[in-house]
Amino acid sequence: MRGEGRLQRYGLRVVALGYLAALLVIPVAIIFVRTFEEGLGPPLDAITSADGQHAFWLTIVCVGIAVPLNTIFGVLAALVLVRQKFHGKAILNTIIDLPFAISPVVIGLSLLLVYGRNGWVGQSFIDAGFPIIFSTPGMVLATVFVSLPFVVRETMPVLQEIGDEQEQAASTLGASPWQTFWRVTLPAIRWGVAYGVVLATARALGEFGAVSVVAGRISGETETLPLFVENEFTNFNLAGAYAAAIVLALLALVVLFSMNLFKRKEREA
Amino acid sequence: MTAALTEASKRSQDVAAAGGIAVEGVEKRFGTFEALKGVSLGVPNGSLTALLGPSGSGKSTLLRVIAGLEAPDAGRVLIAGEDATRVTPQKRGVGFVFQHYAAFKHMTVEKNVGFGLKIRKRGKDEIAAKVDELLKLVHLHGFAHRYPSELSGGQRQRMALARALAVEPEVLLLDEPFGALDATVRKELRTWLRRLHEDVHVTTIFVTHDQEEAMDVAEQIVVMNDGRIEQIGTPRDLYEEPANEFVMGFVGEVNKLGDDLVRPHDIQILTEPDGNAQEGQIERVAHLGFEVRVELVLDDGRRLAVQTTRQDAEERELESGQIVYLRPDRERRFAEA
Repeated sequence: MRGEGRLQRYGLRVVALGYLAALLVIPVAIIFVRTFEEGLGPPLDAITSADGQHAFWLTIVCVGIAVPLNTIFGVLAALVLVRQKFHGKAILNTIIDLPFAISPVVIGLSLLLVYGRNGWVGQSFIDAGFPIIFSTPGMVLATVFVSLPFVVRETMPVLQEIGDEQEQAASTLGASPWQTFWRVTLPAIRWGVAYGVVLATARALGEFGAVSVVAGRISGETETLPLFVENEFTNFNLAGAYAAAIVLALLALVVLFSMNLFKRKEREA
Repeated sequence: MTAALTEASKRSQDVAAAGGIAVEGVEKRFGTFEALKGVSLGVPNGSLTALLGPSGSGKSTLLRVIAGLEAPDAGRVLIAGEDATRVTPQKRGVGFVFQHYAAFKHMTVEKNVGFGLKIRKRGKDEIAAKVDELLKLVHLHGFAHRYPSELSGGQRQRMALARALAVEPEVLLLDEPFGALDATVRKELRTWLRRLHEDVHVTTIFVTHDQEEAMDVAEQIVVMNDGRIEQIGTPRDLYEEPANEFVMGFVGEVNKLGDDLVRPHDIQILTEPDGNAQEGQIERVAHLGFEVRVELVLDDGRRLAVQTTRQDAEERELESGQIVYLRPDRERRFAEA
């Protein structure tokens, strides 16, 4: 009986770990191996090249704008959805999940239709000397779009769980709504928000499809790291592709480790 | 009817002018549910009042209307003579204690208690001194640097009380403050609340569904049912002179004998037949310490309970199966509601 239980337990573990190894760990590990196959030289050259550097910083810009924007919006939307009652709440709740449901390529195309040269408002932006498509603003927009739901979705359950009594208590103690938010609500939901930020960052870092459609992919101009990886790869510059991939993977790992940290803090809180 | 209402509201205004709370014709509905159906009430300055009623009677809603946490659909709330109906809870000067403590979980006990003072931008030393004083008052001295998660339920609730008292509110409102605590802690805390009120003397209203708690702690009890006030009076008044069947049934146990209501301790058990005394058979004798509870079946099948002392039960050797004769005393009969 006990032996059977152990067999079952180990069996489950082998299946789960084997699945992870075959589909996730081994492919990523092979990238590491391949990158440094011919020493440190080629990958280092690739990522210190002008285009590589540009791609790195453009990625940071996209993430640096999209994630803070989505954090502010996400907390606001979560507060509205959890604390308020209004008509159309269910619709808003569903719309927030759209980026999860729609393929990134379709998101990119929809942005083209609105902001592109022949798009709905595109020409006016171009006339104003502020083109959106094939330029950084469009890539930021695409990144904002795909990373939008994370903070909302991670914050809502935490808000629900803490309830509104602490906020009511703060108000009877003389706190204004603004003071209540900063001193009571935000500290209470901070780990949920942080977790959402981490997920949004990971998604924004790696976004390919939507950004690819609106970027036009001009090397050294509208290329983020994921686009750079693909470009290097199709040009048979494998060392460059692997090196950039590693930079992305390392960024993602840092993000994921901080996510685990936040998760633990959340559980402790 | 109108005259009576005006009279009531005039009285409550007098009360409010003297520093207490007055509630006038307050109505509140949630969707189709009428939580308060025109409630008027005066709470004298410095008094300790209980809002007593079953769940859904509107007592918590009334308390939240007084605190400003709910806006009434009709009627007014006066605090110390001023119309506070449209004043936000932030500016109302009430201390509120929640059933589930509403502790700020990310703050230490000290920071929780000092929260209101910090919002009021008081000096650091002043806050520290006040917090220290309050923690002594609620017997949480030495817990200043703990987090709420490291406290027991009773300790959390005392912390919540200290937090509410820190801003020196004109009114202290407690919503089922002991409802989430176990029986022993409950009893301890209610004695302690009464003593605290003697020391601090802030006008206090607390909500409870436990009649014993209300009678033990409060000077004045407001019995509520179905969104209305059934009766206002001292614990003794309510018990001795209940206004109606509901109040009589809610503030103590009753037996129904036909249209008459009688308290279990107002029935005399006789071992010999005597005139019109009703015959009954003892079903069970429960020893509850000083008190003994005798459960009986009358010859027509109705059941009732009689309370007597242990000494009395032992002297007359009351036991189950025995045939006895019952003589009710001080029965009451209320007009059909």
